[in-house]
Amino acid sequence: MTVADLQPAGDAYRPPTDVAARDIMDLAFGLIRVLDDEGMAHGPWIPNLSRDTLVEILGTMFTTRAYDARMMKAQRQGKTSFSMRSRGEEAIGATTAKVMGPDDMCFPTYRQASYLIGRGQDPLVMMNQVYGNAADLNRGTQISGMYTAADLGFFSISGNLATQMPQAVGWAMAAKAKGEPTAALGFVGDGSTAEGDMHAALTFASTYRPPVILAIVNNQYAISTDEEVARGSAQTFAQRGIGYGLPSLRVDGNDVLAIHSATSWARDRALDGHGPTVIEFVTYRASAHSSSDDPTRYRPEDEFDEFPLGDPIKRLRLHLQHLGYTNDQANELDTTIRVMIEAKNDEAEAIGTINTGERPPLSKTFELVYETMPAHLVRQQKQAGLQ
Amino acid sequence: MSAETAAGGTPAPGTTVSMTMIEAIRSAHHVMMERDERVVAFGEDAGAFGGVFRCTEGLQERFGEARCFDTPISELGIVATAIGMAVNGLRPVAEIQFADYVYPGYDQIVSEAARMRFRSAGDFTSPIVVRMPVGGGIYGGNTHSQSPEALFTHVAGLITMIPSNPYDAKGMLISAIECNDPVIFLEPKRVYNGPFDGDHDKPLVPWSKDPRGDVPEGHYTVPIGKAAVARPGNDVTILTYGTMVHVAMNAAEQAQVDAEILDLRTLLPLDLEAIVASVEKTGRCLVVHEATRTSGFGAELSAQVQEECFYSLEAPIVRVAGWDTPYPYSQEWEYFPGPNRVLAGLRRVMED
Ligand SMILES: Cc1ncc(C[n+]2csc(CCOP(=O)(O)OP(=O)(O)O)c2C)c(N)n1
Ligand SMILES: [Mg+2]
Repeated sequence: MTVADLQPAGDAYRPPTDVAARDIMDLAFGLIRVLDDEGMAHGPWIPNLSRDTLVEILGTMFTTRAYDARMMKAQRQGKTSFSMRSRGEEAIGATTAKVMGPDDMCFPTYRQASYLIGRGQDPLVMMNQVYGNAADLNRGTQISGMYTAADLGFFSISGNLATQMPQAVGWAMAAKAKGEPTAALGFVGDGSTAEGDMHAALTFASTYRPPVILAIVNNQYAISTDEEVARGSAQTFAQRGIGYGLPSLRVDGNDVLAIHSATSWARDRALDGHGPTVIEFVTYRASAHSSSDDPTRYRPEDEFDEFPLGDPIKRLRLHLQHLGYTNDQANELDTTIRVMIEAKNDEAEAIGTINTGERPPLSKTFELVYETMPAHLVRQQKQAGLQ
Repeated sequence: MSAETAAGGTPAPGTTVSMTMIEAIRSAHHVMMERDERVVAFGEDAGAFGGVFRCTEGLQERFGEARCFDTPISELGIVATAIGMAVNGLRPVAEIQFADYVYPGYDQIVSEAARMRFRSAGDFTSPIVVRMPVGGGIYGGNTHSQSPEALFTHVAGLITMIPSNPYDAKGMLISAIECNDPVIFLEPKRVYNGPFDGDHDKPLVPWSKDPRGDVPEGHYTVPIGKAAVARPGNDVTILTYGTMVHVAMNAAEQAQVDAEILDLRTLLPLDLEAIVASVEKTGRCLVVHEATRTSGFGAELSAQVQEECFYSLEAPIVRVAGWDTPYPYSQEWEYFPGPNRVLAGLRRVMED
């Protein structure tokens, strides 16, 4: 892990949202930060956020962390086959979920559970998906963590990396064509930026200038592979956008205030008709890639402690203390949330898990392959002993 | 009859060691990288980490970063650079992390690697091996379970292979690396660690308890284009490959039918001689694969058997295959064409 070009909190300038991309190229090489190590906010990127909103974001991060830990435990207990956490990077989803409007669309990866929670999804609904039980809205068709929630502006997660990025661009092209005041937010991991899909996304974004934010979550790893393998000879991921003539920001991804402010800047710019923005969020994947991964094989166990941007939850808690929200209050919120997660988990397990209780029937596998089931599937369904 | 009960190919010198299919694949890399400095191995997490299934473990340590390395996550890039390296004299063995992720590289495989020799009048060739784990049975849902063999067998210029046990895996991979045409090497991940027979509730028998897990340490080959008789028999021919070889064995035992099971091993070029010899002997044919049924490789097999063996057939050919839906998650074992479905297929083909 090497994090280049740390800039002190408050140091980066904040240009007007209609600025030309060529005039802010240096923002792709610096780091937009608001919170310093003591939790104090600095500089032109301080967002105008109430304490209550910050506490809500803290709650979303607590919920995500407790939820992730509980689902990993369930995987270890054999109640689901697979689990992926976002520990250390919860701030990005939790905060951007607050920035995007009700009719915007997020094109997430499996690492954005905090976005879904931040949009108000009931963790029980997510647990049912993880357990693939009878109440799973995905009808048991997807491995755990591959949520979908159209009503919350959360696009169906694909297991095929980076495919969502050009789709986000297309969604935004439609918004522009229809003249609707909405924007798309696409997320992609550092490693996945190497896929050709990303080039397509950047090219179409550059050509059609639709209202889209292309967010690269640089959590330092792609499974075992260091982020530098995808980054190559470039200094930052944000700089990718420069070649396409797109404004590109590199942002402290563990700093809720910086995330909020930079994403709002990009969304305002998009809705004002100035086109796409590329944002690199710098963060750290504190847990294993997934339940199938053992990170001790490729990185020091205490590396997270060395990560210069710290833990987003600790950093927001520290900031909130300066605003009069005490550590005790935060602990109380955390405890309440953990109790809630346990209760929801009991509820989900009571419905069913991957090998117990009520499961979606095989008929669900045959449904929704097409709008209307064609004859050959009707036949096969009968052969399978169904109606 | 050309199908052999023993694997055939060049004999293996030296001692045998018990290996899983993963270790056998690793050993094939090792042997070839030792013998031929043009051989390079790469893929996502394939370097120091040794691949998510550990098939390239230890290679970087032994042969250095120039010959075994991590790539950026771009299957397009992996296949395309393999082609470029091959054109310039290397013998690349590229790993795609899961077959489900090969599609960004599909254009490079189909439009480029497969046609390179043909379109350049032999000026340029593409001796690459593209390895990828295939098949279900691991609760991997629709992005870790696919069996896309027919997407490769449909393409002129490609060789498509799929081993069912460690001995074959090593000998076949060595043949693939030595082959001057592009080879798609499919690895049934459900039998990486043992001959999974479809009874998912039973503990897996490890390869260490199976003679097909005894693998020579040195160089040997299992030839391209040769099927193997996995089980000799007289009453019905079962054509299958990969994981389903073991599922078919299980079903044949349960049905107490004297079935001859052909493990096709190479899907293209197909060992038609072995197939015809067996079907002419038994007069019945069951085709079994995990992949979806419509336009699956089983359709090709039934067509060829019908064309070549029509007058020997005593009953219609029966196919057992995956349902024509995406691979599900919760419904894994209702979806997977396990022993019961093969058994039902066997009963049907034995009926008339
Ligand atoms: C097309 C494709 N290739 C490979 C994979 C296998 N795979 C799943 S996650 C992953 C690493 C992704 O790393 P990154 O983009 O950095 O995201 P992170 O997991 O760190 O959030 C890989 C290689 C895949 N899912 N899809
Ligand atoms: Mg990453």
